[in-house]
Amino acid sequence: MKNKYFLIFLVVLAVLPVLPAPVRLPEYWVTLLNYIGLYSIVAIGLVLLTGVAGMTSFGQAAFVGLGAYATAYLTTAYGASPWLGLIVGVIITAAAALVIGAITMRLSGHFLPLGTIAWGLALYYLFGNLEFLGKYDGLNDIPTISLFGKELASGRQMYYLIWIVVVLAVVSVKNLLDSRPGRAIRALKGGGVMAEAMGVNTAWMKVVVFVYAAVLAAISGWLYAHLQRAVNPTPFNLNHGIEYLFMAVVGGVSHVWGAVLGAAILTVLKDYLQNILPMLLGANGNFETIVFGVLLVLLLQYARDGVWPFFGKIFPARRVAKAPEQADPLGHRAKPAVGEVVLTLDKARKEFGGLVAVNDVSFQVKAGEIVGLIGPNGAGKSTTFNLVTGVLQATRGEISFLGERIDRLPSREIVKRGIGRTFQHVRLMPQMSVLENVAIGAYLRDKNGLRRRPQGGVWSSVLRLDRQEEAMLLYEAKRQIERVGLGAHMYDEAGSLALGQQRILEIARALACDPTLLLLDEPAAGLRYKEKQALADLLKKLKDEGMSVLLVEHDMDFVMNLTDHLVVMEFGTKIAEGLPEDVQKNPAVLEAYLGGVE
Amino acid sequence: MDLSIAAILAQDGITTGAIYALLALALVLVFSVTRVIFIPQGEFVSYGALTLAALQTQKFPLTSWMLVAMGVCTFVVETAGVLRHSERRKLAGRLVPTLAGKYLVFPIAAFFVVRALAPMNLPMLVQIALTMLLVVPMGPMLYRLAYQPLAEASTLLLLIVSVGVHFALTGLGLVMFGAEGSRTQAFSDANFNIGSVMVSGQSLWVLGVSVVMILALYFYFDRSLSGKALRATAVNRLGARLVGIGTVQAGRLAFTLAAVLGVLCGILIAPITTIYYESGFLIGLKGFVGAIIGGLVSYPVAALGAILVGLLESYSSFWASAYKEVIVFTLILPVLLWLSLTSKHVEEDEE
Repeated sequence: MKNKYFLIFLVVLAVLPVLPAPVRLPEYWVTLLNYIGLYSIVAIGLVLLTGVAGMTSFGQAAFVGLGAYATAYLTTAYGASPWLGLIVGVIITAAAALVIGAITMRLSGHFLPLGTIAWGLALYYLFGNLEFLGKYDGLNDIPTISLFGKELASGRQMYYLIWIVVVLAVVSVKNLLDSRPGRAIRALKGGGVMAEAMGVNTAWMKVVVFVYAAVLAAISGWLYAHLQRAVNPTPFNLNHGIEYLFMAVVGGVSHVWGAVLGAAILTVLKDYLQNILPMLLGANGNFETIVFGVLLVLLLQYARDGVWPFFGKIFPARRVAKAPEQADPLGHRAKPAVGEVVLTLDKARKEFGGLVAVNDVSFQVKAGEIVGLIGPNGAGKSTTFNLVTGVLQATRGEISFLGERIDRLPSREIVKRGIGRTFQHVRLMPQMSVLENVAIGAYLRDKNGLRRRPQGGVWSSVLRLDRQEEAMLLYEAKRQIERVGLGAHMYDEAGSLALGQQRILEIARALACDPTLLLLDEPAAGLRYKEKQALADLLKKLKDEGMSVLLVEHDMDFVMNLTDHLVVMEFGTKIAEGLPEDVQKNPAVLEAYLGGVE
Repeated sequence: MDLSIAAILAQDGITTGAIYALLALALVLVFSVTRVIFIPQGEFVSYGALTLAALQTQKFPLTSWMLVAMGVCTFVVETAGVLRHSERRKLAGRLVPTLAGKYLVFPIAAFFVVRALAPMNLPMLVQIALTMLLVVPMGPMLYRLAYQPLAEASTLLLLIVSVGVHFALTGLGLVMFGAEGSRTQAFSDANFNIGSVMVSGQSLWVLGVSVVMILALYFYFDRSLSGKALRATAVNRLGARLVGIGTVQAGRLAFTLAAVLGVLCGILIAPITTIYYESGFLIGLKGFVGAIIGGLVSYPVAALGAILVGLLESYSSFWASAYKEVIVFTLILPVLLWLSLTSKHVEEDEE
């Protein structure tokens, strides 16, 4: 943010309306700029919602309407201050968004937009039929906003308030995304399962983002009501809700500045088309929708990132989060003494219909021990793994961790108790840097150990009150990256690493959870010989530090040399258990792997 | 409200509900085969109704121009696709004339047939046939132009495309049909008395056609090879492709069926209510509410849901007519809540 382009932008914004006579901006352009600002605020929310978090709403215009009608009604019917109108409007909007969000977030992604279409339509008809809101005529004679005793009566005066809000909205969203909850939000699109396994309550985070976007829309509505001094239902109908989404998509749905650009392009284009199309077609009507619709489809087919990337090239590359040289360490959880039982499976069983995938399997993992879970393909290793990590729920039996039952807990609760994991198919955020990926692992932690409110922190990151904590998190991530030997790639995009390095990155991320027990799902798959050796060395080092490890693995050499204890499964049943050298001689194991002698 | 009013409302509700049911089926069909949430479904309703209305007033329907224009665009896109592909370019001598036949000759022929016949006083069946001839081919062309290039994109992106298409089609509807609404002639002026309740012939027509269409669809999906291919594509696109089912063809077929059902709904509903260029959208969305009740997957539940929407609309227009749309569209919230509470589905990541 602290670059010269942003400062130039601010200066241009500030002097535009007050330029002296010959180059004085005409009233017409001030009005247009005001509308661009109002629309930008809504579109910024949509960028957060659609581009970053992977959801969509067509109902933002209805939220704008809530904000506008709330202040219009309070100020005209009760003579209340516009500032009270703002507060009430934001509260009502947040509550409505909370309800809609909470209902739809557990469903597949397309139910939210469908829900918002219905909601946008319903609210439009409600505004148009309520007696006290003036039916389709709306409310008139809304007072002006007064700021520090100054009445903002003209468009030129409102201009400053509107654009200050736009800049604040941009900065707030940028701040939010560059923080601990921001990383969780960025993981919502395409990384839901991973984020849950790192302790993020993804459904709640989605609701937070949806409410945030709705509140931005409500603020835009408040400004609109006091700029226009009148409201009626038309600007809040579904078509406008759709136009807001167009703005975000045209500008570039994954760039915050793209929202402002998109709002500018569409507002100017619409103004132009509304003048020219009726002349061409010889009739009156909203013909610009044809151009908008076709434009949108073409953009999605040929330039899915919108127009911003073409502009973005002239600006310096996005600043990547940098780890500090020095920071206070995060708190650690108390670790059990070596030899103490950490994980116990007691007759764990998983049935899929008639198929018994895991058949009453029991074993234990002790602190400071590396346990290998092996078996031929289809033996039920991964299912067992998923039972422990909470991805699947056991049909029967008990799984307990440090004496506490965990077999009914969701995966984000399990990681909270100290089980860090990796995935068989690597799950990273490929666009994020290695550092940020690992920092997601530290999501649950703060300086005292476990955070008391793990899903909170949105406000403090918007207001930049989290910098000290952010430094600690990034420092911890850096430490773990160096620990696993990926220090040279700290600021590379995670997607650019080789598969073997991505697996190591997953281990660093799991270590950032400060786990007592590390669960590794085929960590050596896809690794070259040297990399396997390095991985084995790393795991031995971790073990010496008191870490317990449970790993599922195919590579026999790797397992035999590394583990202290082996559990062998076949067809869902445990067939052998013990020291690697004993298991190797076990006839049942030999038969399972090499086939029996008839 | 006495019993006879209740019965009349029920009759109205079931009649419009049957129309919504057809739309709901089309929406579920398109969604399951192509993952497209087909918002523009409603535009086919208004295009169908208003094209028929134009023909009935002996006017030349401007949808003919649109068909030709879409045909030309499709031809250009398809031909460009052939010429860009090195393998297919060798076959260009054979492929291009076929494309020209499908996308240039056919729409232009339809254009002239309609122009020749439009000023005449035609029997209703011919009018309906001409309407179908003009509007239905737009379905597969729309798929080719808007959706096929993005067939592998996420559901969300396809939904945004749908909204763009809806915008464009509504605007074009305004250009072609103007802002005034139209009604078409009823299929039947007969009325029947069953006990104390009067049943209109038109309602019976609507119900009859809907039931026939639903049965036809059932047999099509259950018995015919192409119907089974569509179902296979719905279950697993990759798997379907591996056994030789073209997903592009499946998409085109789904859109053709959706267009047929949409136009049919337009023809059925136009004698009951006045249709404007933008009415189709709301009608389509009510079909949507029905489809969502079925979770966008179940055909029978979607159809029942649509009937429920029709009944709710009919009764709420009696109790609180100004709030009828509010009530119908707010219904979706408890439905979504119910789906949310009953679904055990773990969100696997898309994209």
